[in-house]
Amino acid sequence: MASVPMTAQVAGAGAARRLARKQGLPTGRGYGVQRRPRWVTYVILALVLLISAYPIYYTFLLGSSDAGHIAQHPVPSLVPRGNFLENVRRVFDADIHFWKSVVNSLVIAVITSVSTVFFATLAGYAFSKLQFRGRRGLLVFIIATMAIPTQLGVIPLFIVMSRLGWSGHLIAVIVPGLVTAFGVFWMTQYLESALPTELIDAARVDGCSMIRTFWSVALPAARPAVAMLGLFTFVASWTNFFWPFIILNSDNPTLPMAVQLLQGTYFKDFSLVMAGVALSIVPLVILFVAAGRQLVAGIMQGAVKG
Amino acid sequence: MATIAPDAPVRPAQRDERAPRPPRSPWRQRLSRWDVKVSPYLYISPFFLLFAVIGLFPLLYTAFVSVHQWDTIGGQGDYTGLKNFVDVLHQPHFWVSLRNTFSIFLLSSVPQVIMAILLANVLNANLRAKTFWRMGVLLPYVVAPVAVGLIFGQIFGDRYGLINSLLNSIGIESIKWHSDVLASHAAIATMVNFRWTGYNTLIFLAAMQAIPTEVYEAAVVDGAGRWRQFWSVTVPMLRPTVIFVVITSTIGGLQIFDEPRMFDQTGQGGSSRQWMTTTMYLYELGWGNQHNFGRAAAVAWLLFLIILVIGILNFLVTRRIASAGPGRGRGRRREPRPDAPATLDAQGAPGTERLGMLTPSTPDREA
Repeated sequence: MASVPMTAQVAGAGAARRLARKQGLPTGRGYGVQRRPRWVTYVILALVLLISAYPIYYTFLLGSSDAGHIAQHPVPSLVPRGNFLENVRRVFDADIHFWKSVVNSLVIAVITSVSTVFFATLAGYAFSKLQFRGRRGLLVFIIATMAIPTQLGVIPLFIVMSRLGWSGHLIAVIVPGLVTAFGVFWMTQYLESALPTELIDAARVDGCSMIRTFWSVALPAARPAVAMLGLFTFVASWTNFFWPFIILNSDNPTLPMAVQLLQGTYFKDFSLVMAGVALSIVPLVILFVAAGRQLVAGIMQGAVKG
Repeated sequence: MATIAPDAPVRPAQRDERAPRPPRSPWRQRLSRWDVKVSPYLYISPFFLLFAVIGLFPLLYTAFVSVHQWDTIGGQGDYTGLKNFVDVLHQPHFWVSLRNTFSIFLLSSVPQVIMAILLANVLNANLRAKTFWRMGVLLPYVVAPVAVGLIFGQIFGDRYGLINSLLNSIGIESIKWHSDVLASHAAIATMVNFRWTGYNTLIFLAAMQAIPTEVYEAAVVDGAGRWRQFWSVTVPMLRPTVIFVVITSTIGGLQIFDEPRMFDQTGQGGSSRQWMTTTMYLYELGWGNQHNFGRAAAVAWLLFLIILVIGILNFLVTRRIASAGPGRGRGRRREPRPDAPATLDAQGAPGTERLGMLTPSTPDREA
């Protein structure tokens, strides 16, 4: 009996469908990936999209309202009210160093992303393409460290940072994020398949030093993964709260800390709080619109978990 | 396997094409050999240096702190043996925090994994604008947990909340989202689910696309309908991925802090600590009124051990459940690619399961 997929390959989709009908098999949507979705699928997906997006829009709706109105109308109408800019101005005027927090978050996120990507690519290159004693054992060790809960170390880390006099300074947040086990693992996986060993050999034969080979052969080959890892590190850093909350103080906050301060200080005026929350979300939503495609591809290629 | 040998003889053909190079001096050769030997270690050293300072050392030092009297400001005190552990285990708040953590964890991870698999199955079709829909499920991931906590704190507001207002408008009484224990846990679990379901959906989707079509063909020939295919082919094939997702969400879920911290403005976990998690308790011990680093360190170690035990338990249970699926015995292992004999399949080492799954062997079928 000729199989349906084989017929599809040899004689085209139409013939395959006819054969399937003759054999009493479900056509079209019978197979996992090839099936053609019905409108129900799109309805489900549209609902999911609505659930994903509504809380963000809800933030904006409340942020464009005022406290009295929110109390009277807990279910906001879908049309935003006109107070958003006014609320934004009040957020910046509030005594929570909002501007400073934006700059701080940006500085931390950019430095840790660049550094993580660089060191992770370097290590990933070594693990995937270079021969050295203990390679496999060290890699397994790195992967095992991913399972250690970060919370476990905060107390001694706090003691160390205080001794160094770093407590309250951005460097105390930046240094622990300079390179991650996840990044190294991810880059190793990527370069293993993306970088042909012949290319490295060719560069070596041409007289390149090891670091030169890395710089002009491995790094260009890693470019797509570099973009993805950079994005994930950026998002993780931007949304990180626990450690900055412990080590920094409210005079020198990161953005999530500023949002927390806003809630603690102005919880009676929820339009103000929500305007601040909306401001903290906007940069990443813009980033998401521009580069969400890469994030999706990144998760699907590497099964990532930050 | 190609080794990078610096002193490999240069192939004659290649030499002919180039201008004659001066013969390498022995000194340069030695330098080059040294370069080859040392470079790999140099390249991986940043991670290990950093890990030693911010990972390994704190881990051991936490143990040291936990057996001392230790004030957050005053610093190290007397050696007290296991007193901190005993004290912590006698605190009702510790047990309350554990109950809350587990309750929130179960309420978030179980529905999340189920929803993610179902949603991935919906996405695993020949959709129009598929990147758009995939981005749609991922959108919540870019919202910081702190922001999620605040937004849902309002949505689940007891008096002016969105949900209660909607419930009232259809004649159902308000739910006490903040004062009731289980309701507050459900609200916090919803925040976690909001942020992570889409992310896990994409992981499952990737795994689904790696399932060979032939398996489905065989199922169809055997007369399996769509549901039967989903249950008997897709779900068992996802076994390694389920383990991966469950373990990572265990590590993250049992440390949950941001969302419950932001659920109200005081950040104490409710008037009777009804949603105070263990990490919130740790924070309160160390940086709250008590200023007791010794006890906080003890909590950190207890939490670590719990996560370890639950992680292993998860691993065993998930493996049992998933491999009990009809039609297949042990889990599918990816075959190593012929061109890469040295894949990371370390024998029985931690993370092997993950590695096997993560090796990007099957190219995206839609590419």
